[in-house]
Amino acid sequence: MDLGLDEQQEMLKNFARDFLEKECPESLVREMEEDEKGYSPDLWKKMADQGWMGLIIPEDQGGAGMTLCELVVILEEFGRALVPGPFMSTVVLGAVPIMQAGTDSQKSEFLPKIASGEVIMTMALTEPSAKWTADGVTLEAKKDGDSYVLNGTKLFVPDAHVTDYMVVVARTGGDGENGITCFIVDSKSDGIKYEQLKTIAADKQSEVVFENVKVPAANMLGGEGTGWKDVVEPTSKIATVASCAYLVGLSQMDFDTTLNYAKERVQFGRPIGSFQAIQHKLADAVIDVDGSRFITYKAAWSLTEGEDDADLMVAMAKAWASDASRRVVAHGQQIHGGIGFTKEYKIQLYFRRQKWQELMWGDADFHRERVAELMEV
Amino acid sequence: MDFRFTPQEEAFRQEIRDWLKDNLPDSWEGNRMSRDAENMSVYKEFAQRLATKGWVAPHWPQEYGGLGFSVVEQLVFNEEMAEANAPMGYSTIGTGWAGPTIIVYGSDEQKQRFLPAITSGAVMWCQGFSEPNAGSDLANIQTRAVRDGDDYVINGQKIWTSGAHYADWMILIARTDPEAPKHKGISYFLVDMKTPGLSMSPLIDMMDNHGFNEVFFDNMRVPRENLLGEENRGWYMATTTLDFERSSIGGAVGAARMVRDLTEYCADTRTNGHRLIDESRVRTRLADASVEAELGRLLSYRVITLQQRGIVPNYESSIAKLFNTDMQLRMARSGLEIMGLYGQLDHKDKYAPLKGRFERQYLWQTGLAVGGGTTEIQKNIIAMRGLGLPRQ
Repeated sequence: MDLGLDEQQEMLKNFARDFLEKECPESLVREMEEDEKGYSPDLWKKMADQGWMGLIIPEDQGGAGMTLCELVVILEEFGRALVPGPFMSTVVLGAVPIMQAGTDSQKSEFLPKIASGEVIMTMALTEPSAKWTADGVTLEAKKDGDSYVLNGTKLFVPDAHVTDYMVVVARTGGDGENGITCFIVDSKSDGIKYEQLKTIAADKQSEVVFENVKVPAANMLGGEGTGWKDVVEPTSKIATVASCAYLVGLSQMDFDTTLNYAKERVQFGRPIGSFQAIQHKLADAVIDVDGSRFITYKAAWSLTEGEDDADLMVAMAKAWASDASRRVVAHGQQIHGGIGFTKEYKIQLYFRRQKWQELMWGDADFHRERVAELMEV
Repeated sequence: MDFRFTPQEEAFRQEIRDWLKDNLPDSWEGNRMSRDAENMSVYKEFAQRLATKGWVAPHWPQEYGGLGFSVVEQLVFNEEMAEANAPMGYSTIGTGWAGPTIIVYGSDEQKQRFLPAITSGAVMWCQGFSEPNAGSDLANIQTRAVRDGDDYVINGQKIWTSGAHYADWMILIARTDPEAPKHKGISYFLVDMKTPGLSMSPLIDMMDNHGFNEVFFDNMRVPRENLLGEENRGWYMATTTLDFERSSIGGAVGAARMVRDLTEYCADTRTNGHRLIDESRVRTRLADASVEAELGRLLSYRVITLQQRGIVPNYESSIAKLFNTDMQLRMARSGLEIMGLYGQLDHKDKYAPLKGRFERQYLWQTGLAVGGGTTEIQKNIIAMRGLGLPRQ
């Protein structure tokens, strides 16, 4: 039993931290908030050269063959540096579904290109109902000869506008989890329209409207009617843990920044960090940050090892990290006082992104209910 | 990132479980740590059973009657004892405070004299630290010890002394140099509870138990050989971080037990035509409680991770203790809220759910959030010692 990083993970972490401090400074984060694409192709290429896009892709498909535990280590650094762009979308929402449910030919067509950074992907799951559950999926897929025809609207689709392909979660019939079918869809297909949403974190999400979009039957991912179990369920668990990892890094950086500020800012002739009102907030915050980290590690490890309680750990991790990270960044704002409210100072960058990831893949209420369901079993 | 115990550690866990099956007192459901009268004989008898396995202080070095457990072995041992609600209230001061301090600072003669009696379960210790005006500000103690020939003459008063009415010996801190700065004039004594001049009166707690006492010293003469370590160095001995398992795992395990009991109760209890567990307010509380119990365990495991890697934990052990204490109080409160009006029934009432365990816990944990360093003092320590925040 050892909750820390092993030697390889430690190296990965240190390398990623150094790399991102140099290649993804605050100025780039701010620039990308205003950028239409929302990412730097130059940084994208450099990250691909480090092998990060292929980190969890098997070696025979051009990846590094590592596990979710190592991905969590990298994503923690992404949260720390607030790396903008379609990394999680491509690696978690593109590669993972194909690794989970792809045919051999789908794997060899897409995975090496994802690993090399050539292909950008995402998953189009949520709709205007804004639900993470299967009953939220209404986008229709109708069989027509050797193809399927897609009609409907997806909303809150991360990074959709810059992708080459999307895993589209559609309904071919049935109710709830039955009758869901997934497709790998060329993002430039006729009949797809994108409109970017404006979000609290200035990340890039889109409304994606499908109007008679034709998809070859060979692009079906997983079985017909079993796409929820084959594709969405396993992917969303990993995406949930990925989101937690990002929140851990984000919370840690917000906390570190706030702690330094409390030591330096002088009022009433003494550093504000000498006041117990501030000290107790920071003591609470360090528990929230550390707790988020270890429950996230436990979830990642449990999924990797196929433990019986893996689903419970995933739900616990997001239930905790969603609330805990919000408490941390709220203290961060309060302790910074007026300067924290300015656009110029960096702490707000963390505050706004926390809310985004708090809500992604289910907030604390959603996962508390999951925990309660799993406790009853 | 590895959350698994080794096969040897798991085998040891099983050995403890098997032993507990044969050795736990029948129908034992009491508080495993409080020092009330009903529990006392159970505690003592169980301590003596543990002694037959060398398990009273298994974390001590072998030369002092321990088994030299590694931190993970200690963790597993403590986890299993907590899981079984094993009654450990007899030896905690002896094995956790008096013994380790004697091991580090005691003379050979003191070690010979005191340590075997602890590991055999023969002698019970109590702790004479707090005073009426020295609680959170412990260094403010006023009890005086004055050298007189071969003795020290001690006058003053201690308070919140758990188990003094059963204890054979006391670890006592008293002021030997009133002129020195307050941390630098304190000495550490080992005191026989039968010493003339020592008297006590009971303090009944809000659970209606007699666990605490006030202890008075009126010209009590303590022989010089019962001074531990150097004169005036007592503060540093009393606050030394002793190099044993410091994960507070017991609280996390206790919390996990409470969640299991509560979940079962909510699934089995029907009210107004539905099960309690079908109410969303109940589900929210249960889920929060189980997440927090898991978090508590992980924060404890993190301390063990550091210790295994040879790193002395700093704020990490403080947050494990703080979180596990506060969390158990929140959990007890949640339980009472879930139970509604039944929650406020005393454990002796025939309608009390789960034999009143949650009502007892709610009161007991309120005390634990104060004893041994209040929640607020813990946060001060985390902030100043752990996070390096300035005092002024």
